[in-house]
Amino acid sequence: MKYSYYPGCTLRTKAKDLDAYARASAVALGFELEEIENWQCCGGVYPLGSDEIASKLSSVRALNEAKEKGQDLVTLCSACHHVIKRVNDDMKNVDDIRTRANNYMQLEEPYAGETEVLHFLEVLRDRVGFDKIKEKVVNPLTGKKIGAYYGCLLLRPGKILEFDNPENPTIIEDFIRAIGAEPVVYPYRNECCGGYISLKEKDMSKSMCERIMDSADGMGAEMLITACPLCLYNLKKNGNDKLPVVYFTELLAEALGVKEEVAK
Amino acid sequence: MQRIGVFVCHCGSNIAATVDVKKVVEMALLEPGVVHAEDYQYMCSEAGQAKILEAVKEKGLTGIVVCSCSPRMHEATFRKAAERAGVNPYMVEIANIREHCSWIHKDMEEATKKAVILARAAIAKVNLNAPLQPGESRVTKRALVIGGGIAGIQTAIDIADAGYEVDIVEKTPSIGGRMSQLDKTFPTLDCSACILTPKMVEASAHEKINIYTYSEVEKVTGFVGDFTVDIRKKARSVDMNKCTGCGVCQEKCPSKKAPSEFNRGLNTRSAIYTPFAQAIPNVPVIDRDACLKFKTGKCGLCEKVCQAGAIDYAQQDEIITEKYGAIVVATGFDTIKLDKYDEYAYSQSKDVITSLELERIMNAAGPTKGHLERLSDGKAPKEMVFIQCVGSRCADNRGKSYCSKICCMYTAKHAMLIRDKYPDVNVTVFYIDVRTPGKNFDEFYRRAVEEYGVNYIKGQVGKVAPLPNGKLLVQGADLIDNKQILKEADMVVLATAIEPDPSVRKIATMLTASIDTNNFLTEAHPKLRPVESPTAGVFLSGVCQGPKDIPETVAQAGAAAVKAIGLLAKDKLMTNPCTAKADELMCNGCSTCANVCPYGAITYEVKQVNDHGIREDRRIAVVNNALCQGCGACTVVCPSGAMDLQGFSNRQILAEVDAICR
Repeated sequence: MKYSYYPGCTLRTKAKDLDAYARASAVALGFELEEIENWQCCGGVYPLGSDEIASKLSSVRALNEAKEKGQDLVTLCSACHHVIKRVNDDMKNVDDIRTRANNYMQLEEPYAGETEVLHFLEVLRDRVGFDKIKEKVVNPLTGKKIGAYYGCLLLRPGKILEFDNPENPTIIEDFIRAIGAEPVVYPYRNECCGGYISLKEKDMSKSMCERIMDSADGMGAEMLITACPLCLYNLKKNGNDKLPVVYFTELLAEALGVKEEVAK
Repeated sequence: MQRIGVFVCHCGSNIAATVDVKKVVEMALLEPGVVHAEDYQYMCSEAGQAKILEAVKEKGLTGIVVCSCSPRMHEATFRKAAERAGVNPYMVEIANIREHCSWIHKDMEEATKKAVILARAAIAKVNLNAPLQPGESRVTKRALVIGGGIAGIQTAIDIADAGYEVDIVEKTPSIGGRMSQLDKTFPTLDCSACILTPKMVEASAHEKINIYTYSEVEKVTGFVGDFTVDIRKKARSVDMNKCTGCGVCQEKCPSKKAPSEFNRGLNTRSAIYTPFAQAIPNVPVIDRDACLKFKTGKCGLCEKVCQAGAIDYAQQDEIITEKYGAIVVATGFDTIKLDKYDEYAYSQSKDVITSLELERIMNAAGPTKGHLERLSDGKAPKEMVFIQCVGSRCADNRGKSYCSKICCMYTAKHAMLIRDKYPDVNVTVFYIDVRTPGKNFDEFYRRAVEEYGVNYIKGQVGKVAPLPNGKLLVQGADLIDNKQILKEADMVVLATAIEPDPSVRKIATMLTASIDTNNFLTEAHPKLRPVESPTAGVFLSGVCQGPKDIPETVAQAGAAAVKAIGLLAKDKLMTNPCTAKADELMCNGCSTCANVCPYGAITYEVKQVNDHGIREDRRIAVVNNALCQGCGACTVVCPSGAMDLQGFSNRQILAEVDAICR
């Protein structure tokens, strides 16, 4: 199976690991990530202004390219996924945005939300299947107690992201089970880390991240995993260092026995 | 040719402000058959009706068209007026130019155009109307009450006291309903069982009341005054005539792991059980899914210990068929499922409970014998938080849009009872609004705040987080102080929205009674006929019609009883003459109509017909006028066009369509 792949800028710079481990794991699991050409930054934040078009165009370009190839579009960074999925929803359901975006784009055939946007975790769950992953695991992470940190961007708004139950998600816990480790459910796993507020009000992000860490630590987690570069940054810089934080793809690569390859 | 009079109503300004009534009169006079047309301010008034009578007398009218409000409003009024004037009431047609026109349009010119078209359609139909004579049907002097909660019990007692036989059908093993699960009742704080049990006993001892528990309505046919109902008496596995209610079987039963429905699954019960101590009848049932005898064939202990020899493992479900004149629905409510409200951690913590579960915990016969304790570790709580409107007044599709009405009062009750019995427990209530209309209700709530020191916070809770130390962190907003609140609680109680019992959908379908989007049964009129269903002979009692507390339920139950008694007191009812009829020469006996008839009104007879001089025996559809409800399904499916609905014949309908499209 071949998917169009949108890595996003952070995965080229700060979060190279997230990307590299995902690519290696994809190969091990037997699906192909084909990076789309000339992708541009998604903007990082979904623009809430209903008349804002320009900053949605990069998403539309990526979506249209996948459409032309007849492929689903896979994302990995939570922020990119959030922006692209929501823009796709706009293109499908909001007449005004669709018309204006297509007026800018001047495509041969107008884009109307045809592409399916999948987060890498959704590919693992819905296309590969956690059962299949379990079969391919060569280094099960037996005995490791791992807390899933979802953050907010993957889950909300629930009706558009349709990723999991925003108040009680289970996909990363199921992932943790698939790689042989033990998930630790803690109530703050779907609360915000503060996001970009850490640039302006570091203390606020600090109190939010500490609460998340304390909650996970209290429930017995030994480490946290996340899909979001910004969450990882905040938890590491603004948390209280109680728990290590890594990308979920790193553990996947480790379990699949391809981590060493990437390190080389 | 008919001689038709057209009467256009102003309805004050309701119609006349949007429709040019003079223009409607003018245009109506141009239609074929119309010999008279006039307008009047209130056609339904005495003076308005007098105008109709006068016109019939002067112009010799044979048909009447009234352009006014919905026929549901005043069709009966004008039919009676026609009858007084000596015109067959079925020669009257209503053109609805109010609900279908003036109320929904703003532009006078457009609305007038539409009113003229609606009048034209009605005139076209009257031109083809023929006089119809209603038949008569008998009234069976017996009522069925579906549901044995306080609503059903009260309705049954009131009907029975008037001298009519009543059957109560209750699906659980005992009557009593939700009220039997409650500990205390607001605003007087008297014990629920103490006031309910005498009612249950009264119903069961009443010579006119017959109770079928552990039974369900399976099939309903017939119509007002003459319903035929199949009731499934589920196999109790215990002989009701022999059982003495000693309870030894329940004590000895080795299978004690089934969740207790009565205690909301907070503890377990034996496989052979009566739901609660005051159950009526005091005869247990065997839950065959939990019973070892039924599951493995081994055991049979209850049979051995039963002195009365009442255990009967071979008992089968039994179908009872009974006739009724009136049916009262009193199917009650349940709390909604909380699977869409995971932010309150109901599924994640045993110490987050619903208010109905708290009722059981507070009750001496409940899972904790009336001690307020955490279900996780049995410890007494020190901080309790109540969250209001969980699933009620919900703007998205997770919960219900309506106010569940009872929660503000029962939460005040819970808060007060806890503060009274355990003064060291702090109680905090998060609310959107406190709604306490009702006699002595607001005083009750104020007592909770002022005398019992319950801490009310205006604001909603966003998250309940189970903490590593076993407590619950409640994260909410105080809208008056404009700040976020983080409060550690030992227990959280959710005022969970109520919804009609899920069984009501099936029952409504069987009764052809309408329900709204929330599964509440619809009234015939929201203000003027609040206890009747639009389906004749079906009445509504209790929460199945809308959220209400006990006093309101009892009042409505009495009102429903009065309506049922009014029906049962009649010896005969007039039947609707607008029934289907097969043209003997066109019918080919194909059975298509009988297959779609929802009322079983169509049978077949072999009749000799004279088809243009050829005499032969043919199989022909015959409609039972007493059963036919005039739905018209048969006329649509009939491949040969033999079926027609009297008063709504294909020709009449097409004439209306032609008139509209002209």
